[in-house]
Amino acid sequence: MEKIKTNYSRRSFLKSSALTGGGLMISFSWLSEFAFAGKTSVLDLPEQWYELTGYIKITPDNVIRIFNPNPEFGQNVMTSLPMIVAEELDADWQKVVIEMGPHDNVKLGPQFTGGSNSVRMYWKPLRDAGAAARNMLMQAAAQTWSVPIEEVTTKAGMLYHEKSGKSGTYGSFASKAADIPIPKGIKLKDAKNFNVVRSSKKNVEGLKIVTGKPLFGSDHIQEGMLIAMIHHPPAFGMKLKSYDASQTLKMPGIKDVFSLKLYEDGFEQGGFDTRTFNDLLVVVGKTTWEVMNARKKLVVQWEPTPELKETRSNFGRKQEVVIPAGLESSTTHYKKMQERAKEQATLLRKDGDPETAFKNAAQVIERTYTAPFLAHNCMEPMTFFAHVKDDSALLIGPHQAPGWIEPTLSKILNLPADKIEIRMARMGGGFGLRAYGHYVAEAALISKKVKAPVKLVYSREDDMTYGIYRPMYTATYRAALDANKNLIAFHVKGGGIPEHPIHANRFPAGTIDNYLAEGWELPSNITIGAFRAPRSNFNAAAEQSFLDEIAEVMGKDPIDFRLELLKRAKENPVGKNNEYDVDRYAGVLKLIKEKSGWNDLANKKYSRGVAAYFCHNSYAAHVVDVVKRDGQPYVERVFSAIDCGIVINPDAATNMVQGAVVDGIGNAFYGGLTHKDGVAEQNNFNRYRMIRMKEAPKKIEVHFVENDIDPTGLGEPPFPPVFGAVANALYKNMGKRFYSQPYSNDFVNKA
Amino acid sequence: MAIYNLKINGQSKQVDVDPATPMLWVLREHLNMEGTKYGCGVAQCGACTIHLNGSAVRSCQLPVVAIGNKEITTIEGLSEKGDHPVQKAWLELDVAQCGYCQTGQIMSAAALLKTKPNPSDADIEAAMTGNICRCGTYLRIKDAIKSAAKMK
Repeated sequence: MEKIKTNYSRRSFLKSSALTGGGLMISFSWLSEFAFAGKTSVLDLPEQWYELTGYIKITPDNVIRIFNPNPEFGQNVMTSLPMIVAEELDADWQKVVIEMGPHDNVKLGPQFTGGSNSVRMYWKPLRDAGAAARNMLMQAAAQTWSVPIEEVTTKAGMLYHEKSGKSGTYGSFASKAADIPIPKGIKLKDAKNFNVVRSSKKNVEGLKIVTGKPLFGSDHIQEGMLIAMIHHPPAFGMKLKSYDASQTLKMPGIKDVFSLKLYEDGFEQGGFDTRTFNDLLVVVGKTTWEVMNARKKLVVQWEPTPELKETRSNFGRKQEVVIPAGLESSTTHYKKMQERAKEQATLLRKDGDPETAFKNAAQVIERTYTAPFLAHNCMEPMTFFAHVKDDSALLIGPHQAPGWIEPTLSKILNLPADKIEIRMARMGGGFGLRAYGHYVAEAALISKKVKAPVKLVYSREDDMTYGIYRPMYTATYRAALDANKNLIAFHVKGGGIPEHPIHANRFPAGTIDNYLAEGWELPSNITIGAFRAPRSNFNAAAEQSFLDEIAEVMGKDPIDFRLELLKRAKENPVGKNNEYDVDRYAGVLKLIKEKSGWNDLANKKYSRGVAAYFCHNSYAAHVVDVVKRDGQPYVERVFSAIDCGIVINPDAATNMVQGAVVDGIGNAFYGGLTHKDGVAEQNNFNRYRMIRMKEAPKKIEVHFVENDIDPTGLGEPPFPPVFGAVANALYKNMGKRFYSQPYSNDFVNKA
Repeated sequence: MAIYNLKINGQSKQVDVDPATPMLWVLREHLNMEGTKYGCGVAQCGACTIHLNGSAVRSCQLPVVAIGNKEITTIEGLSEKGDHPVQKAWLELDVAQCGYCQTGQIMSAAALLKTKPNPSDADIEAAMTGNICRCGTYLRIKDAIKSAAKMK
């Protein structure tokens, strides 16, 4: 067995304890460099980050209980994380039980699902904990049998001493193992000896899902629980002025109507405390249907929200934000972006002398790309349960980062954090929206006010019009070619409402001598938030479409053109901090070229588009095959090549990539949330078009690069390049380029 | 408010609710049957799909007063042990990601197979067009339906 090298340093602290009913518990914490960008000393970290975030329990009945630290929203960590433990522990996978809740008063530190980090973050700590537990069990057996530990072996939850024929279950040695000090520096398995990781395992929750068990936050019910709904203003830029609830209070099942403030004046918001409306009008009643009906009877006066200045604190970095007043419209947004794009922008990166190169160019290609706000539209609308008492609070529901909302809850409820328990329910989709905590805080305040357990329910209309959208973006790209059609300079100037999308150090930075990246921002009172691969989800569309146009002008094949650029970055990279691994990036392009039969005659009937992208530490490339169907472009097939390092659960990983492809096609073709005078113009699925089964491809063939690199992200990386590949395929199919999303706006004779 | 005697999953259930209450909410909040989900409330997403006399209907737009004597089947009653061919196929092919839409998908699929035991791709796409999957598992859903069709 060999030690596996990791690409980045992390420390995992292990702690062992004896369980009161007998058995062994190994708990661990993790410290991760990437979560603390800018922090130089590990000792600067707040207390809670040292706390234990997970455990393995082995009890005398030989059941292995593993705590799943990361909220589940369909990325199937409930299956993949325990697989990692079972591998190093050498446990019988069938006897591994996943628990989703803190036990034995183990205070669990921050749990967060997002940034495609779950497997990457827990890969080493889980392996260390599993390997340590196995070693301790072997020591316990060796001591009991009075044999050298070198003669003790394990297999699938059993310990053996072959020479004497002795054997025993892990469970039978667990209590003794608890007395053994945690070993240091245990060797981990060599990847080629994996027999759990890298095999496909079925979703551990599968049976519960298909039989409709109450797994989701919206399914939580308990005695005495009331339902609350908020009556939000009809537009961004409006707030509650006054209301008449007399008719509402007469409706059956209604208990109360009141207004409350979410954050007090001067409250310093954390990065994920984003909220659109601060003055909330709340209706509380016995059932959802009754509250939905009663809400309609409210007579409300709204007034314009004045310009606001707020302080935000993003992991310690303070920001002053100005939120403009006014009722904003998409038509104005696009116009303002066009005007702002012509003005000065912030320099993000410069290599060489792009200004001179452009001045002397034989040919300049310039293209501008835009994309609208996107609504997350998780299948389960926002909801949370709260029961707040005088000295404690219990909250249950779907949220990606319970640890991050806890400080906010502590402040607004005036309760110490250790009196607040947040239980993570399975999420009906996250996509970044559920990293934000306003609805958790709302539920808590409502429960506190009515002194009862409350489930806060958002209707689909509430959810879709609330905000926290994927921002609007635009980017203008310029390429300078010399008389021999060599690419001599590259310029990207990107902007957005309210942030720009540019990742200045990503490809093609590093491949071109003269490179300039700039960014600008326009403020808005429309709230935004992280959406599956933030910024990247637009960048890949724009940049990958533009690279195709350059390749066309140069008369080069688009894949070969990208590989040439990467070759330059490998042999003679330009500049510093190029944020991608050249070989891995080239690797997915080569793999997709092969697997898609890129040049095969048989595929000539397809309109083919290709794109590749690097984000969240992984590499993805797609070839999208478009055909005409009933006069409309249809994505019939997609080929995907992914490099995410070691693939824990191949079939589940394939499912994830296929889902990201469908998600990408749907958003590229149809996605868009527009506004008129502050009002969201789409408030349900009859107006906001979602991709349906018949619009999904007939085939999505996924290939993973085989390597032994420590696992990197998979939830987000496959998503962004889908947009670019789709745009490039549409060009081939329709004979025109697509610059503005959603692309279906430019289909002639729309279906 | 009125009393309704409903036939659900082969059992008699009595509720006392407003006649306009959609069956979705009768199930979820008066009968504590949480398998049928709320996704949109306007019959656009299919998460609320149940069977009424064997046909797939969107329970969010089905007022309780319209049920009468008809038999309701929900996901909880589709099979005793989660072993309806559609459910088995769903597990075999590991269809679900977040899982929220899947009970509605399964109910729509089961109803389709009752009327069309050997559906074509076009049949499947037409029958399933009302069920949104935000996680994008459509390819697996389609394969699972075809697989379930072979099981019968």
